[in-house]
Amino acid sequence: MASGPKGDANPVPATAADGGGDDVLLRVENVVKYFPLKGAPFREKEYVHAVDGVSLSVPRGQTFGVVGETGCGKSTLARCIARLHDVTSGRIVFDGQDITRFSPRRMRPLRREIQMIFQDPIGSLNPRRRVGSIIGDPYAIHGLAAGAERKRRVQELMERVGLNPEHYNRFPAEFSGGQRQRIGVARALAFRPKLIICDEPVSALDVSIQAQVINLLADLQAEFGLTYVFIAHDLSVVRHVSTSIAVMYLGKITEIAPSDELFTVPRHPYTGALLSAVPVPDPDLSDQRQQIILAGDVPSPIAPPSGCRFHPRCPKAAPVCVAEDPTLEPRLGDGPEHPAACHLPMAEGENLAEFRPSIAAEERVEEVEGSLLPDGAGPGATDTAGALPARREGGQP
Amino acid sequence: MSMPELESAGISETLIEESGEAPASTKIEGRSPWRLAYERLRRDRAAKISFGVIILIVVLAIAAPLFAHITGHGPNQQFINIGENANGGPVAPSGIFWLGTDNNGRDLFIRILYGARISLVVGVLATSISVGLGVLFGLTAGFIGGFVDTVIARLIDVMLSIPFLILAVSIAYISGPSLWLVIAIIGVLSFTYPARIVRGQVISIKGREFVEAARALGAGPWRIMFVDILPNVMAQVIVYATLLIPLAIVAEASLAYLGVGVPPPTADWGSMISDASGYYQYGYWWFLLFPCMALLITTLSFNIFGDSVRDALDPRGAGIYV
Repeated sequence: MASGPKGDANPVPATAADGGGDDVLLRVENVVKYFPLKGAPFREKEYVHAVDGVSLSVPRGQTFGVVGETGCGKSTLARCIARLHDVTSGRIVFDGQDITRFSPRRMRPLRREIQMIFQDPIGSLNPRRRVGSIIGDPYAIHGLAAGAERKRRVQELMERVGLNPEHYNRFPAEFSGGQRQRIGVARALAFRPKLIICDEPVSALDVSIQAQVINLLADLQAEFGLTYVFIAHDLSVVRHVSTSIAVMYLGKITEIAPSDELFTVPRHPYTGALLSAVPVPDPDLSDQRQQIILAGDVPSPIAPPSGCRFHPRCPKAAPVCVAEDPTLEPRLGDGPEHPAACHLPMAEGENLAEFRPSIAAEERVEEVEGSLLPDGAGPGATDTAGALPARREGGQP
Repeated sequence: MSMPELESAGISETLIEESGEAPASTKIEGRSPWRLAYERLRRDRAAKISFGVIILIVVLAIAAPLFAHITGHGPNQQFINIGENANGGPVAPSGIFWLGTDNNGRDLFIRILYGARISLVVGVLATSISVGLGVLFGLTAGFIGGFVDTVIARLIDVMLSIPFLILAVSIAYISGPSLWLVIAIIGVLSFTYPARIVRGQVISIKGREFVEAARALGAGPWRIMFVDILPNVMAQVIVYATLLIPLAIVAEASLAYLGVGVPPPTADWGSMISDASGYYQYGYWWFLLFPCMALLITTLSFNIFGDSVRDALDPRGAGIYV
């Protein structure tokens, strides 16, 4: 699929993702982000389909989790929301304002309201600048405070996030990973923003430090009424912090649900597979349960599979999954807060391991061009999935 | 970077004790990456010796008129009676002419001192032009990217494919040699190397998360360029500049050797070597040896010091010689 960036926009209804209908702070509508690939001069231009028609809405004061494997487009989505990337198409509505096409100048005042915490505690801090001036950057850039006043405010922030204010003059290299992430939190907090996008804020940290940073984020949310978009690949972390969770696969949202509901009644087989891979602390329980091991790798985002993007690896895949892209809508009588993009959603208590895909072998695992159904595709097609190298998905990094 | 007390003895020995004994006051202050590099440099013996030699050369160059006064020999003064032998050739080193005389009966020692002035001025100024242009073009190309980057990258490719010496000789020959022209030629023609280095660095730093963080805070392109990116490129630029100085000195000497450098009778190492090469075969060894030694010691000192600076600024290694 080497279509142009404006091509094949997916008709995902924006309303499908509206959860609850409370006061919505951020609405993402059908956002598409393609990155052009540098290719040979006379070949048709190819695009990485990083984010391909994502719609979601984040209620004020809540934490909206986004999970997915590495490379599923969740970080790109975060950068699109923060307007660090220009979207290819779609709309981003923040606090009632459509900010999708705002110029950098018009975006400037909004930068105070949308902030970001980055994944890499080393890379996100300029190694040549002192911590005081890094955290003071927001004030310096927007001319809010200078001199002694800026220093006082920065030291207040440092104290609030659990750093020693006397370390004002230190350099990032002199701090531990957790402390550096606190510096990043302090910097994001300087403006008292409405929305903070956390792009895997704890995945680079030790597990013990993860809890500290997550608790800090939760305290700050309660204190300042912050709204978080919390991106992670660790389901247990996301479950702990989020009110509702969106699952992403290859640039699309496969399922959105309130946190507990997602864990108890997953509808999308991909969610089911992810959940089965979450480690269970009890070894007896861990032995009993059945892990669903997905075959193969995530297909290339340059030429994503036709229909449902998960079909090459889905145990329930049927011909309809190859032919048609499922819309993100409530399935099997779920409420509007729990849409899933699946033709054959999982019923409650269903065991995914019992299913065998009913599509032709060549449609599976490997990338598929076009959506033609080959002859002989049907139930009981040859089972090659078992012979392919299996790999556990999701769960702990 | 200024390091006045670099030569004072015993500093490297006491440094370790200092940093170990007084952690309370120094730790909170926080040592900048520059400060750490400077301290590594202070512990590096090769850096201390080569920097000492560079300082000595600079002092001698500045003090050239003083030596001219002491000896009573001007740089372009010809001593036809005592400075030339019976055949009109140079006279050997003696109490009067410390390093002998040249083919025109001029004091070689004084001329070498005055030649150091030319070499250092050309080395420093040409390098400044080269690095200045390199940072300008490299930063622009790397930061803006796209079409601008393509144009600058192709320009650099074109400039790299032109043989330096042939172009330099042609320009100097057409417009008539002068000191400023030599500086401009060397500076402009060598900006391609720092430009490439800066461009590559900027492209890699531009993708780092702290640049994205600055953009998320609403920082404009100028602030990102000069506050976030440039300080992270400077280490590489400084290393390259210290290694570019000896190259510029050699380039100037080469131009002078070919007769398109600073016009005579100005004392210049390259033209002295050129003159001496016609006399060496008749046994006037000092005439060739001393200017060559001056050039060699100067470029070697700068090269060794540049290597030490690179080691000191390298964020990976401790950079301390055992």
